[in-house]
Amino acid sequence: MLGWLAVAAAGLWAFVGSERAASRQTGSDRIVVTYWEKWTGDEKRSMQRVVDAFNASQDRIEVRMLSISGIAEKTLLATSGGNPPDVAGLWADQVVQFADAGALEDLTDLAREFGISKSDYIENYWKMVVYKGRLYALPTTPGCNALYVNRALMPPEYDSPEEFPQTLSEFDRFVDRVSRRGPDGRLKTVAFLPRDGWGLWGMPYLFGGGFVQDGKIDVNGPDDVKAWTWVHSFAVRFGVRETQAFRSGFGNYSSPQNPFLSGKLAAYSDGPWFGNFIRLYNPKVDWFAVPMPHPDGRPDLAGYTWLNLNTLMIPRGAKHKREAFGFIAFVQRQPVMERLCMDQWCNTPLARVSREFLERHPNKAIALFDRLARGRRAVRPVQMGIAGQIGSEVGNAVDRMDLGEAAPQQALDEAQKRLEDLWDRYRRQVLGQ
Amino acid sequence: MRPRREQWIGVLFAMPWILGFLVFLAYPLVSSFYYSFTSFSVLRKPIWIGLENYREMLGDEVFRLSLKNTLAFTAGSVPLATVAAILLALLLNTSVRGMALYRTIFYVPSLVPMVALGVLWLWVFNSQYGLLNETLRRLGLPDPAWLSDPAWAKWTLVIISIWGTGNAMVIYLAGLQDVPQSLYEAAEMDGARWWGKARHVTLPMISPVILFNVVMGIIGTLQTFALPYVMFPGGQPARSTYFFSMYLYDNAFLYQRMGYASAMGWVMFLITLALTLLALKVSAKHVHYEG
Repeated sequence: MLGWLAVAAAGLWAFVGSERAASRQTGSDRIVVTYWEKWTGDEKRSMQRVVDAFNASQDRIEVRMLSISGIAEKTLLATSGGNPPDVAGLWADQVVQFADAGALEDLTDLAREFGISKSDYIENYWKMVVYKGRLYALPTTPGCNALYVNRALMPPEYDSPEEFPQTLSEFDRFVDRVSRRGPDGRLKTVAFLPRDGWGLWGMPYLFGGGFVQDGKIDVNGPDDVKAWTWVHSFAVRFGVRETQAFRSGFGNYSSPQNPFLSGKLAAYSDGPWFGNFIRLYNPKVDWFAVPMPHPDGRPDLAGYTWLNLNTLMIPRGAKHKREAFGFIAFVQRQPVMERLCMDQWCNTPLARVSREFLERHPNKAIALFDRLARGRRAVRPVQMGIAGQIGSEVGNAVDRMDLGEAAPQQALDEAQKRLEDLWDRYRRQVLGQ
Repeated sequence: MRPRREQWIGVLFAMPWILGFLVFLAYPLVSSFYYSFTSFSVLRKPIWIGLENYREMLGDEVFRLSLKNTLAFTAGSVPLATVAAILLALLLNTSVRGMALYRTIFYVPSLVPMVALGVLWLWVFNSQYGLLNETLRRLGLPDPAWLSDPAWAKWTLVIISIWGTGNAMVIYLAGLQDVPQSLYEAAEMDGARWWGKARHVTLPMISPVILFNVVMGIIGTLQTFALPYVMFPGGQPARSTYFFSMYLYDNAFLYQRMGYASAMGWVMFLITLALTLLALKVSAKHVHYEG
């Protein structure tokens, strides 16, 4: 009997072992670097071109890219199981949480060895991949937001970037002027809704507030209350029930039914990639892009933009750390990075930008996005291990304001209290403080 | 072959299941119980913190809210789905031409994957362009904001839960076909009409099946995840559809709090066990077992 069991166990082990080995072997003598990436479709194809270029550039390493859904969870579990990919394409806002959990390899020394340093990058993006003075990732494609405006829906006084409102009070007048109702009294076109598009989470920063001050949770300061009160003012202005009904008619983000592309919203906050959606789903839209207006009397807050960044990280326990970094370093070369960013309709994370990039980029407003990302009002997502909970709690607070369940100050105070508890617990249990 | 040897061969053939049970069920069960007393982020070694996770739940308002949402959904969904499944089974137990086709038609919806179902229902319940509200408006009835009004969002899910009654319906149908015809004949001789036969013959005779389906329904609805996860990301609006399993998932995989998530899992197990025992106790007087 025991013999049978031993044979079965050996068979199982051989099967598991061969599965593991098969994923890392190649017909040639090349070392196989496994690379998990979240992208599909055009984005995946653009990265595949980079992978192919890397594989063709040398004969020692072969990178194999695999498109993975739920990549953060799967990378976490694979790392925990001791069999992670060599490279994982995660988002920069996961750096802190993953680093705190010990899930990432420290890339500081390798970067130095490969001649990669802070000066190669736009400072705001570099800060997104550094945590407690150590480097945990390097960029692929970045983003930042600006306001897309549909010229066909603009009255003459607003139909160019120069004439578009510069301050929020002018912007509020613009919203009243452009928004329209149909003969049945229902909303037909709304100038702007801050909860739609990309960049809602940066609203407190637009007003000079934020989520964290001096390492402490601070979601209910005076500027935060002003910001969310302004966001809430749109539900008040158009009616909670009517706004809900109007928004429920919006189709998917990347589809012709996107509210901006279908003419329901006249202005829409999004990143440079949105130009591609316009091209794909409604090329007839005549648009221009402008920065978000700034609060009245605060010209120092002008030029605000909300950043994001796709990155490459090496999970802890990766089998070919050095080879993996070789590939990551290849992606950082200016021609490679610029090609990738152009293919994905993004701005560049690199400090140096070629004239060709700005002139030949498919998004006609790329110079604006590039300028905003380099500006002093470019805002990074929270670098804190409980960033996910901050989003969830503030999101719930904003929901409650719009539904009339709580005033902005009260909703934010409650979120603040809960987040302070969560942060205390995180510091004790995860950071050991 | 000696009996002892036969036993061993039997065990050997059962070994794939036994190994699967040990690796994929027993081990995770035991380890999650241990993790529930630890601070565990999956990647670092668990740190023993005693009952702190359980104590935290007592003061965690999102935990309470998600539990309340889940229990409310269970309380709405299980009775409604039970009634719907019994009524459908009764209808499909009649002798009408083409009955096999009807049975297939009513069963097929329960085979639709949850994610596809979620997307489909999003359009049906769309408050501006949805089929349901359009019909209600034409009838001059109120058209609720099914997806964005907290007062309606949970009930949207309850209504959708009827869609998946196909499995229960098939079980009821099997139960109905087991009811002896002689009992109906005796009831008819006593002057019973349709409702009398249903009340005094059919329901008592299928009561064990009802109990089984109710218990399975309770267990299933307490674990509801995919549909609200697809239709109401983050439990919107204002966490009115944030269910227990969603909060558990967020803690385990988004916030990397596997210890807390494990403790939540064990609390849900105890709640499920308590509700199942309650269902068995309450039903003891009403369930009729043949023989």
